[in-house]
Amino acid sequence: MIARARARRRAYARAHPLVSLVAVRIAQGIITLWLVSLVVFAATQLLPGNASRAVLGFSATPQRIRALELEMGLNRGWWSQYWGWLSGLPVGRLGSSLANSEPVWKLVEPRLLNSAVLVAASGIIGCLLGIALGAVAALRQGSVLDNAMTVGALTVLAIPEFVVAIGAVILFSTVVFHLFPGVSLLTPGENILQAPHLLVLPTLSLVVVSVPYVYRMTRAATLEALESPYVEMARLKGLPRWRVLVQHALPNALPPTIQVVGLTFLRLAGGIVLVEVVFDFPGVGQGLVNAVTDRDIPVIQFIVVALAAFYVVINITTDVLALLCSPRRRIPT
Amino acid sequence: MSALAPSAAPSLAAPARARLRRHEWLTLLRRAARNRRGTIGLTLAGFVVIIAIVGAIWTPQQPTAFLYVPLQAPSAHAWLGADYLGRDVLSRVLAGGWVLLVMALAATVIGVGLGAFQGVEAAYLGGRTDTMIMRGMDVFLAFPQIVLALLIVGTVGPKLWLIVLAVGLGHVPQVARVMRAAALDISERDYVKAVELQGVKATRVITREILPNLVSPLMVELGLRLTYSIVVIAGLSFLGFGQQPPAPSWGLMIAENRIGLQSNPWAVIVPAALVALLAIGTNLFADAVARVAIGADRQVEQAFIRTETARAAQWASPIRDRSVWKSGVCRYAWRVPRPTSSRKSISWWRRVKCSVSSASRALARRRLPWHCSAILAGACT
Repeated sequence: MIARARARRRAYARAHPLVSLVAVRIAQGIITLWLVSLVVFAATQLLPGNASRAVLGFSATPQRIRALELEMGLNRGWWSQYWGWLSGLPVGRLGSSLANSEPVWKLVEPRLLNSAVLVAASGIIGCLLGIALGAVAALRQGSVLDNAMTVGALTVLAIPEFVVAIGAVILFSTVVFHLFPGVSLLTPGENILQAPHLLVLPTLSLVVVSVPYVYRMTRAATLEALESPYVEMARLKGLPRWRVLVQHALPNALPPTIQVVGLTFLRLAGGIVLVEVVFDFPGVGQGLVNAVTDRDIPVIQFIVVALAAFYVVINITTDVLALLCSPRRRIPT
Repeated sequence: MSALAPSAAPSLAAPARARLRRHEWLTLLRRAARNRRGTIGLTLAGFVVIIAIVGAIWTPQQPTAFLYVPLQAPSAHAWLGADYLGRDVLSRVLAGGWVLLVMALAATVIGVGLGAFQGVEAAYLGGRTDTMIMRGMDVFLAFPQIVLALLIVGTVGPKLWLIVLAVGLGHVPQVARVMRAAALDISERDYVKAVELQGVKATRVITREILPNLVSPLMVELGLRLTYSIVVIAGLSFLGFGQQPPAPSWGLMIAENRIGLQSNPWAVIVPAALVALLAIGTNLFADAVARVAIGADRQVEQAFIRTETARAAQWASPIRDRSVWKSGVCRYAWRVPRPTSSRKSISWWRRVKCSVSSASRALARRRLPWHCSAILAGACT
C-alpha cells in the first residue's frame, strides 16, 4: 500500500512526458549542432588545403605563408583556434573574408534575408499546392486524374533543380517569352523585397521542384487516414461526409502533414544553392558557391553552419509540433 | 493503368522459387523491366546511356576544336550549331556524358555499400554500437547533400575522385537508416537467432543469413541513389566543380552556354534535356523495382514516406517494443530475459525450444537457405 502511494506521488512529481520529450529533442539538437560545428571546423582547418596557402596560392614563398599564418592565428593549437571560432559564432564575431577582407557577417547578412524570403515564398506556395493536389488525388484514388498526376510527380521529382531553373529561363525570359528578368541583379544595399519582380522566376522553379514531393507524401498520408478503421466507423455511423473528413480524418492526417512541410523546407535549403546560381540571385546559396570558388574558408564555415542550424531548428520544430498534434506518440514505447 | 500492378507474384512454382532465392536481384530487375513504368524508364535511361557510350568512342568532330563562328545556329554541317567558343555542340554533347555516368555509378556503389554496411551493423549489433553509429549519421543528415559536397570540395579542391567520394558519403546516412530498419526486422527472425545460438561468428551471420534477405531493399536503394547521384554530380558540374573547362561535360556546357541562349539555345537545351531524361529514366525504373519488390501502390507510397521520415522511426524500434514480447509470442523469445518468478506460464527454456522448432518448421517450408538447414540439423540432434 505504502509503496503504491509513494509510486503515485512520484508519478505526479515527475514532469509531463511531453515536456521531457521536448527537452530531449532540444538537447539532441544542440549536441548535433555542436558536432556539426566540429565537423565543419575539422573539414576546413585540418585537411591539407591550409587557409594561408589557399589565399596566397601555390607559388607563395614560405616566408609570406608564415607571416599570414601568424596573422590569422593558424600557428596556435587547433583547440584554441576552434574555441576562438566557436565562441565568436553566437555573437556574430566571425572574422573577415579571405577574398576581400570584409567582415563575414556584413557579407552574409543581406544574403540570409534574401534567401529567407525566397525559401519562405516558395515553401508556402509549394506546400499549399502540393497538399491540395495530394488530397484531391487521394480522394479520387485510381482515377485517370490520380494516375496522371502521380506519374507526372514521379517525372518532375527526378529533374535536377538547375534544369528546371534553366527551363524557366528559356520559357519565360529569353527564347519563348520575355516576361520576367532571367537574372536577379540587385544594386548593393537593396534587398529583394524592394524588387519583388526578381523573385518570380526563382520562386517558380523552387515551387515546381517542391510540389511533386509534397504531393506524393500528402497523397500517401491521406490514403492511409482514409482507409483507417476509425474513418470506416465514422462512415458506417452515418456521419455526413464533411464531418468525417474534418473531424475524423483531418486531425489524424495533421502530424504527417507537418512533417511534409518540414521536409519540404529542408529540401529547399539544398535546392536554393543551384537555383540561386542560375538566376544570380544574391542569396546564401550563391554566396556559398562563390566562397567555395574563392576558397574563402570563414565564409564557407559560417554559411554551412547556418544551413545546418536551419536544418536542426526545422527538425526540432516539426518533431515537437507533430508530438503536440498526436497524443498517441507522446508516450515513448 | 492496370499494367502498373505487379505481375502476379505469388504464383511461382516450387523450383522457380528456389531459383528466385539464388538470383533474386536478377529476377527483380527482370520483373521491374517488364512493368510498364520500368520499361519506359529503362528505355529513357538506355537511350541516354547509348548516346554517352557512342560519344566515348566516336564523335563527328574534335570536341575541343574551334571550328565555327561562336554561337552559330544549327546548319547542315553542325547539326546543333556551335557553342560560345565556336566548338561543335553535337560532338561535345556526345562526348560529355560518359564521365558523368561513371562518376554517378561509382558514387552510388560507394554510398550504398558503406550505408548498407553501417546500417546492418547497427541493427545487428544493437545497443551502444547502434546508438553511436546512428547518432554519428544524424550529424551528417544535418546538411543538404550538395552543401556537404561543396564543403569537402571547397576545402580540398575540385578533383573528380573527391567529388565521387563526397557524393557517395552524402548517401551513407540515408541508406544506413533504411537498411537498419530492414535489417532490424530480419535479425529478429528465428533462423537468425537459431544460427546465432550455434556460436556462428557475427560477420558470417550477417553475410550468410541477413544480407541475402535484404536484396530487395538494397536494389531499391541502388536505383534511388543512382538518380540522386546523377542529379548532384550534374549539379556540381554545372557549378564548375567537376571536369574543368576545355573538357566537354553536360553540366558545364549548360553553365557555359547560358550567355548565348538567344543565338543558339540548343547548346543549353540538349545537354539539359539529356541530364533530365537520364534522371527521369533511372527514377522511373527505381520506382518499378520498388513496386515489384514491395507490392501494391499503397505500400510503395508508405515505404516512400518511411524513407523520407526515417528520422521519426527511432522513436519506436521493434527491440524496445515491450508490448510485443511481453505477450509471450515465440518470435521474440530471444529478447525475453530469464523469468525470475514461476508465475510465467511458459518457461524460458520452452520458449527457446519453441523458437528452434518454429525455425525448423520454416525450414520444412523451404524458406531458408540450405546452409542454415545443415546447421540446424546439427543443433537439433
